[in-house]
Amino acid sequence: MSAYSVTEPTGRSKLVAGALVMLYTIVTLLPLVWIISTGFKSGPDSISYPPKVLFEPSLEGYVNLFTTRTRVAAEEFENLPPADTWYDQIVRDQGMVIAGPSRFGERFLNSVIIGFGSTFLSIFLGTLAAYAFSRFKVPLKDDLLFFILSTRMMPPIAVAIPIYLMYRELGLSDTHLGMILLYTAVNISLAVWLLKGFIDEIPREYEEAALIDGYTRFQAFRKVVLPQAATGIASTAIFCLIFAWNEYAFAVLLTSGTAQTAPPFIPTIIGVGGQDWPAVAAGATIFLLPVMIFTILLRKHLLRGITFGAVRK
Amino acid sequence: MTDPITAAARATPAPVARRIRGLSDRAIAWLFVAPTIFLLLAINIFPLIWTIRLSFTNYAANRPNREVEWVGLRNYERILTDDGIWANMQTTAHFLLWTLFFQVVIGFTLAWLINRKFKGNDLLTTLIVLPMMLSPAVVGNFWTFLYQPQIGLVNYVVELVSGIPASSFSMLGPGGYAPWSIIIVDTWMWTPFVMLICLAGLRSIPDYIYEAAEIDRASKWRQFWTITVPMVLPFLMLAVLFRGIENFKMFDMVVLLTGGGPGNETLLASIDLKREAFEKWRTGYSSAYAIILFVTVFGLASIYVKALNKVKER
Repeated sequence: MSAYSVTEPTGRSKLVAGALVMLYTIVTLLPLVWIISTGFKSGPDSISYPPKVLFEPSLEGYVNLFTTRTRVAAEEFENLPPADTWYDQIVRDQGMVIAGPSRFGERFLNSVIIGFGSTFLSIFLGTLAAYAFSRFKVPLKDDLLFFILSTRMMPPIAVAIPIYLMYRELGLSDTHLGMILLYTAVNISLAVWLLKGFIDEIPREYEEAALIDGYTRFQAFRKVVLPQAATGIASTAIFCLIFAWNEYAFAVLLTSGTAQTAPPFIPTIIGVGGQDWPAVAAGATIFLLPVMIFTILLRKHLLRGITFGAVRK
Repeated sequence: MTDPITAAARATPAPVARRIRGLSDRAIAWLFVAPTIFLLLAINIFPLIWTIRLSFTNYAANRPNREVEWVGLRNYERILTDDGIWANMQTTAHFLLWTLFFQVVIGFTLAWLINRKFKGNDLLTTLIVLPMMLSPAVVGNFWTFLYQPQIGLVNYVVELVSGIPASSFSMLGPGGYAPWSIIIVDTWMWTPFVMLICLAGLRSIPDYIYEAAEIDRASKWRQFWTITVPMVLPFLMLAVLFRGIENFKMFDMVVLLTGGGPGNETLLASIDLKREAFEKWRTGYSSAYAIILFVTVFGLASIYVKALNKVKER
């Protein structure tokens, strides 16, 4: 590093740039902060005017998210035994009693199963294909690679109609397996392209040395290439997971009950006379928080995935 | 600095290195590639061909027993002469052009500022990126709350800043703001994407080019227009391509934010298509609609890619 460089910005320009970016960050984070804080408001606080910035925190939204509630007649309500638990008490304070658990737990679990299932499958198939494209002479290699990429440009609705019909015939509608296969098909193009980039960077000499030591090609792949590609595989996996986690269009068209994921479910959370905003906010927070944490923890690795591997260092 | 393994590998003659046990390389290559290709054929290409086939029929998915008739090009003819669909295309174009405009301007500016490498730019970059990682459906749903007249955050902030009463306008209601509301949310979500790609572009410019310009006494302004902009342009165009394709397909965020309303003010092509296909169940007709949209995206994208390659060659 030289002591003076013409390309190094001056102190003042850094300060101005920093302040402007800081301002943008605050504005852009405001809606997210609002979502999270609304989750901890009581019903009346969430819809007060002017909007409340300071409020008494309440777990009402979270309790309502996980339960279904009913109103009971006034006299019956008076005669109920005292609430057993804190969450019973929160529901009582709204003048209702708990009728049972809500479906949010199931929907969240579906998101987890389908998200991880399709990520695992995309990475498994994607790594194999990427290795083959990276190391072997595959006939029509460039055409196949372009074909794989081009499938990503297809609007989901353009293929949704026949997939809907096909799944109906095969009994895959509203099943975990159906959604896992579908999300794998959508993710695999990204997975192959990103992983090929990572594997291309591993020197071939490592495998060739392993082959000389008596490994078969397959063993060399498993014991030499895979460990070397681990970081790349992990960051690709996060990308596939986030896509499957967030997807809505296919989920709403192809699932209704057993395999429905959280994104089509959260907007359907309603309370008395419209959406129960604290509960919606609580659901959104629980659903969005894992992604936010992943993004912050893995920011360095995610960059490459965001730019679709099109931008190399 | 070579480790012993690499050195050994380099010293070994090629035929020995290739001598392997087990499957031949060719067999392994096919074994590894085949499942991916098969999956894509089954879940992407086969449905696409099926859509093309359906587009020439009057099939309705909710009435599978009705006799299916071939109607030739009639579905296409009806769509291309339908004023409603042309209106949706205009709505889509309005959304597409303005989101791209804002995202390019704000995204590039942010990247340019962040590239000053001030303290803490890493942390701020990560925080700015957060919105684009979130589920568009959940985001769209939540923004309906932020856009509520009276109780919503957006109207409240507008009142605080400009003094216009919060209850005097509704971002999602009648009054013509709705098309801008969806543009705002999309810009909020996706500006970071354009920013990241621009940032990669800015960081790819080697310092010595600026140093040479400095020796030639080129002004900062001139350096910006003759070095920075041309070198970032291919990256920026790539970002526009990705965002353009995505926003042409836009469905989830807008459907939950406005549902196409009020009236048809925000009825984007994809939302209209979903209604035709899965609410009115005009399967044949909507297949033709889907193909028209698909061909439009592909046509526009390939013209654009040609332009992009020209820019790269310069």
